[in-house]
Amino acid sequence: MGWRNYLRQFLRDLRSQKLRAALTLFGLVWGTASVTLLLAFGEGLQERLLKNIRGLGENIVICWPSQTSKTWEGLPRNRKITIKDEDIDALRREVPGLTGISGEYSNDSRKFKVGHKVLVPGVTGANPIFAAMRNLIPRTGGRYIDDLDMDERRRVVFLGDGLKKDLFGDQEAVGKYVNVNGVPFLVVGVMQKKEQDSSYQGRDTDRASIPATTFRAIYGQQNYGNFVFQVADADKVEIAKDKVIATLAKIHRFDPSDSEAVRMWDVTENEKFMHSFMLGFRIFLGVMGVLTLVVAGIGVSNIMNVVVEERTKEIGVKMALGARQRMIVSQFLFETMLLTVLGGAIGFLISWGICAVFPAKLDEFVGTPVISLQVGAMTACVLGVIGFLAGYFPARSAARLNPVEALRL
Amino acid sequence: MFWNGKNGKNGGKSEGNGHHLIDLQGIRKVYDTGAVKVEALRGLDLAVRENEFLAIVGPSGSGKSTLMNIIGCLDTATEGSYRLRGEQVAGLTIDRLAEIRNKRVGFVFQNFNLLPQLTAFENVELPLLFKGTPARQRRERVELLFEQVGLSDRMLHRPVELSGGEMQRVAIARALACEPDIILADEPTGNLDTTSGRDIIGMFEDLWRKGHTLVLITHDPAIARRARRIVNVQDGTVVSDEAVA
Ligand SMILES: Nc1ncnc2c1ncn2[C@@H]1O[C@H](COP(=O)(O)OP(=O)(O)OP(=O)(O)O)[C@@H](O)[C@H]1O
Ligand SMILES: [Mg+2]
Repeated sequence: MGWRNYLRQFLRDLRSQKLRAALTLFGLVWGTASVTLLLAFGEGLQERLLKNIRGLGENIVICWPSQTSKTWEGLPRNRKITIKDEDIDALRREVPGLTGISGEYSNDSRKFKVGHKVLVPGVTGANPIFAAMRNLIPRTGGRYIDDLDMDERRRVVFLGDGLKKDLFGDQEAVGKYVNVNGVPFLVVGVMQKKEQDSSYQGRDTDRASIPATTFRAIYGQQNYGNFVFQVADADKVEIAKDKVIATLAKIHRFDPSDSEAVRMWDVTENEKFMHSFMLGFRIFLGVMGVLTLVVAGIGVSNIMNVVVEERTKEIGVKMALGARQRMIVSQFLFETMLLTVLGGAIGFLISWGICAVFPAKLDEFVGTPVISLQVGAMTACVLGVIGFLAGYFPARSAARLNPVEALRL
Repeated sequence: MFWNGKNGKNGGKSEGNGHHLIDLQGIRKVYDTGAVKVEALRGLDLAVRENEFLAIVGPSGSGKSTLMNIIGCLDTATEGSYRLRGEQVAGLTIDRLAEIRNKRVGFVFQNFNLLPQLTAFENVELPLLFKGTPARQRRERVELLFEQVGLSDRMLHRPVELSGGEMQRVAIARALACEPDIILADEPTGNLDTTSGRDIIGMFEDLWRKGHTLVLITHDPAIARRARRIVNVQDGTVVSDEAVA
């Protein structure tokens, strides 16, 4: 018998067992929808968290020069370590695999004035490379600090989006001036809104950047408060950290094993933690989802068992008319698989629909659920296996019926 | 003329060289229900030729249905030899037995055994589906069969919408679908009133005249006498076997 006959038979059975079919289908729809939604939400959440972490910058290490805590080559403890441009240049030469390095001045006592509004935001004095390392991306129509600004020590400022809003409201800021302690600074760019869940001196949205050279010239500060470097590959970050310390230890003559001399915050550690956390979380969701599907599958199998029992007579008649075992098996298998595919498809559509209408507003908190190919393929596989197993055992018991016994009923 | 008589096709061959269509020798059937063993057939011998019309009679529990199930390959004997047109049936695979039931045996049951969720047409179509007949030939064949049993206007009815006599005629059409060697009917009139019962027996007589081989179980002596040969079974053996005058 061809599949078309099975299909016809299946539709007839559906007709005669509406409630049962509906319940079975519901179980499968529910199972599929929960698996895909759980995994979709897990994926969305992970993306969200990753984005938040990366808001600070990807594969970066932030370093603060401090004091030595060990004696070294006859030098005493508690010596202050200072970082200047020469140190940054040396590091750029010595440390392999760096994609960027920049010293950073900072300051949070300057009065920013626009009209009558006065604010005292954090100010960063930085190099142009800082933008790439720390994800300070300008909105269209603006830019970050560039090399010319640096060379000419221009009085230009790049504003965080929150700060811009506080100073200028909804008006255009680029091209206008901000008075910083009475000195006018030209606004050259405003940061694009970004998610950032960690920071070391306030979130970038509320900060301003000016050229490091300008900062030095106006405020007379020579030593960087900290510096930031970035590596191309998160796996290379440990090597780079060691090399940074070794280089600075040689220049400033401190013990390379002295963890106090230069303190470091390795952002990739957050990400590593996040990854293992999310992996666990997703395994958890996946297992829950698969269990849900398995329960649905057991339900289907149960129902098919009852169906076989109820249809013993029918099976007997078919056997008497010459149906082979294989036909009986395939009929029940086909019915179960079809139910599974149908339930799976509906469940999938529901999930997809929910993801499609998921409010964008919630993205900030839980991310946007996405049904990835991976999730889809996995659900389909699990459904397939479940459908097959759920159908196989009832079908086998159907085919094993003794035709005489079956007919006697 | 439209009954697809068997005589012309192969009757000569099997009778000519002394073969029986059905040849049962020393058939024993023991039902092992765990606690007790019931010996339903005790060394039964029976031979049926092509184009015989045979009635099997006997008291209840004598083993008539058991015998018929074995003849129809629905069940296998515990012991003994069963040749169907010369082919030894004992030891055949399950699939081969299914094929024999499909192509060479037509069953007519007391309780009709039509599938209630199918239309009359679909019921008759089933054996052809199992045989693998292509759709168009299937439809033509089924329509012809309905014509033969005089139910062309009932093809799309469901069994519940048919009378007992009509249901049994649908069942006969189904039994004939694959042009079987033999038609087995286990008390086909048992659930029918006298008139419909008479119709059905009349139909069997027609089939016999067209060359079909029929084995009919009945309790009714009047119906048995319509057959050409009466076999009396008691306690699992044949106690008498006579031609009807
Ligand atoms: N599946 C079975 N398990 C155990 N015993 C059985 C089984 N089928 C039949 N029998 C027994 O075998 C014997 C013959 O049964 P069978 O059905 O062949 O009788 P029958 O001649 O057809 O009777 P009836 O005229 O009432 O239909 C009976 O004693 C019956 O109880
Ligand atoms: Mg009986």
